[in-house]
Amino acid sequence: MDTIERNPDGTISRRGFLGGAAGLTFALSISGALVARPSAAFAADAATKSMGAWVTIGHDGAIVINIPVAEMGQGSLTGLAIIFTEELDADWSQVTIAYPPVIPSIFGNPMFGDMMVTYGSGSTRGYWDKIRLQAAAVRRVLMQAAADRWHVPLAQLHTEPSQVVHAASNRKLSYGAIASFAQVPATMPAIDKSELKQLADYRILGKNTARRDIPAKTTGAAQYAIDVQVPNMVYATVLRAPVEGATPDQVDDSAALTVPGVLKVVALEHSVGVVADSVEGAFAGRDALKVSWSSAPASSFNSADGLKDFLARAAKLDDKGVSFFAQGDIDGTFTKAAKVMSAQYSSDYVYHAQMEPMNVTAAINPAGDGAEIWIGTQGPSINVNAAAAMLKTTPDKIKLNQFYLGGGYGRRSPADMLPEVFPLARAMRRPVKLIWTREQDVKSAQMRPMTGHQIEAALDADGKITGWRHRVVGESVEAYRGGEQALEDAKGLDGIVLEGAKHEYGIPNQSILYLREKRGVAVAAWRGIGAGYNKFVIESFIDELASAQKADPVAFRLDLLQNEPRAQAVIKAVADKSGWGNKLADGHAMGFAYAQVVETYVAAVGEISLNPKTGIIRAYRFWIALDPGIVINPDSVLAQTEGNVIFGLSQTMKEQMSISAGQVQQNNFFDYPVLRMSDMPEIDIQIMPTDNPAKGMGEAALPLVAPCVANAVFQLTGKRFRALPLSPERIKAGLASA
Amino acid sequence: MAISFTINGKPVNVDAAPETPLLWVVREHLKLTGTKYGCGAGMCGACTVHLDGNAVRSCQTPLAAVAGKSVTTIEGLSANGDHPLQQAWVALQVPQCGYCQSGQIMQAAALLASNKNPNRDDIIRHMDGNICRCGTYPRIARAIELAAKQGA
Repeated sequence: MDTIERNPDGTISRRGFLGGAAGLTFALSISGALVARPSAAFAADAATKSMGAWVTIGHDGAIVINIPVAEMGQGSLTGLAIIFTEELDADWSQVTIAYPPVIPSIFGNPMFGDMMVTYGSGSTRGYWDKIRLQAAAVRRVLMQAAADRWHVPLAQLHTEPSQVVHAASNRKLSYGAIASFAQVPATMPAIDKSELKQLADYRILGKNTARRDIPAKTTGAAQYAIDVQVPNMVYATVLRAPVEGATPDQVDDSAALTVPGVLKVVALEHSVGVVADSVEGAFAGRDALKVSWSSAPASSFNSADGLKDFLARAAKLDDKGVSFFAQGDIDGTFTKAAKVMSAQYSSDYVYHAQMEPMNVTAAINPAGDGAEIWIGTQGPSINVNAAAAMLKTTPDKIKLNQFYLGGGYGRRSPADMLPEVFPLARAMRRPVKLIWTREQDVKSAQMRPMTGHQIEAALDADGKITGWRHRVVGESVEAYRGGEQALEDAKGLDGIVLEGAKHEYGIPNQSILYLREKRGVAVAAWRGIGAGYNKFVIESFIDELASAQKADPVAFRLDLLQNEPRAQAVIKAVADKSGWGNKLADGHAMGFAYAQVVETYVAAVGEISLNPKTGIIRAYRFWIALDPGIVINPDSVLAQTEGNVIFGLSQTMKEQMSISAGQVQQNNFFDYPVLRMSDMPEIDIQIMPTDNPAKGMGEAALPLVAPCVANAVFQLTGKRFRALPLSPERIKAGLASA
Repeated sequence: MAISFTINGKPVNVDAAPETPLLWVVREHLKLTGTKYGCGAGMCGACTVHLDGNAVRSCQTPLAAVAGKSVTTIEGLSANGDHPLQQAWVALQVPQCGYCQSGQIMQAAALLASNKNPNRDDIIRHMDGNICRCGTYPRIARAIELAAKQGA
């Protein structure tokens, strides 16, 4: 089952071309100390040769950089390669990007316990130091090799792109030339962070650089896991239990087995698999299955009733849940308050709707103690570890081939496809390509949790906010994906659910609580993580407080954020750019929101109108100002932010999953609509110049869209809409109520 | 019973049931995987190909319907990936995850073939059946305008 190793851009991996003595390969040792060996040392053992190399420099100057993140459109495959190239001071035109094998001890993200995972807008900020230090050490080795050859002090040398230069004697050596004679030291030089390049010295970092994955994405050549063709492969799909956690009781496969091409029907733990010699055969076989299912904890669950329960619990202040953040004297502050304002907010379940339906291809070796997996995943480490555990083997026996992801947004982090594909591959003794139908992808969605919120502010006699109480009710993502132990290990605090629940408003007395619910529903991280609803709640409620004091929403926030210069800067920038406060067209209104999300400071203004007869909101324009720290590739920041506004508007106005008797009620894009081109607003983005460390971008602006819209609707109608989504039905009902 | 048609200028015979969606014929039988499976219901546009020059959803097109006709997929849109739309897509860095983009480009190519100078409303009306979950719509619209300007 050997396949040609390919680079992410579709070209054949350079590793295939590099001969034993053809270059220098730099690696990090398993212990974490920097070491490097000439590639000749690796050549003796092909397996070792491809292990652990961050970069290989060929005699011809060609540079292959291993970048350990998934590319799902966020641009960090190119972004991290730019960071590496900048610090190496290499010629970008000579650089090729490759995926490394799954070796977390070398390629892991320090932000996520050195696992190879791509989520939480964590690639740039997680690898920022690690990659720069690695590249700087490689550059130092090249310079030292030149210094030794020329018998000059290292301090007299500098680099130009892919060249070491001795200015005093006007001598130059290309990196490729150095690779032909240099010996890589047994221990790589230690680089101090103070020796890294400064902002002013950057050549490509900070300038617009074309993403390397884009050309192949315009010709059909880009490879996603669903495109994989493996010799001797068969196709499979599954009919999954209609209720999360249920199991097949009785399987009548008599009709399915008569469908042309169907080879086998296999009962699995929570689904029934149909294997065929074609996709269409597998899909038709699935339609012909008759299966009865067990009940499960979620069988009696209805989301509409559940939300009422969540909100009732949110209001019961004596139910303390688990404290996420506490400071000052919360009870005393509320007892003494001149005025208390409170409100209840909620958010419904939403579905990722990633365009590539879930799929995986796998083959298990004849001994049953090793496997090869072809997958587009945000969690290579998670999948390799899960595969090794399932086969009762070690991670080195699992070969994972990474592909482009046709959308991730949090859906492609877990290893949830392996428990289905492994038994099928074992039963067939052949590679199996498992593809979910879109309907299955909807019905078995792992959703952003439904949440209920009680939020309260204590005000003193002068109207100053002295206390803040926020109670978040919802199921646990940590427990769903990692088991109860995972939530216990986190002391009962679900970091995904609570993401974004803290703010910078400088209120002296605060209590932020998590009240966990168990309903047996499949829940997951979703683009924007918990900030997707928590910032909706916080930024809407801040607007309520401003309105109660007849204060301008922008001025009100600036007053609260006096000690936050970066917040002040983005707020002022976006207010200025949007013409905040100017008179608008009749029937139009603007809404404002500010938040720090994935460590990036964002402020946003949205301009909307509303048709009271249909309840449909029209978004005309969004202005975003953001400070993500040092920007690697400005056009990628713009692209991500545009996508955040569109995705954010979609969840604000359209997206809603509902569950009845434990079953997801939606089916496909006809009853789970997402934003289309006719709904897109104009988007104006301003990036603040800064020399702060690089932070997250993939989901920074998204959480601000909903509060912008809700705050604008309030400006327009005087009505406060506190439930996501702001669907036409809810708007109509809200406007009709007194 | 084999069904004959032309794909990207080459005649082919495909031995599959006549009701087989063209999508799976193209992707798995002919191994042209640039055409994508998105919804299987004609609601997302990821599977868009040209049938005798018209944009159609290949997931809703049975193999029997293409007998004797000419099918063009993203792989056949241009010889070297240099159709003005493809160039504009690269120039404006349109794709993010990229999964929907073959369908977006094929849908847009059908528009420019019949309307050399579409205005923004024409573009939105023509492209509204193609979902991009990443949210690249602003760049798609601008890229179509750019390609039109450069004489697609």
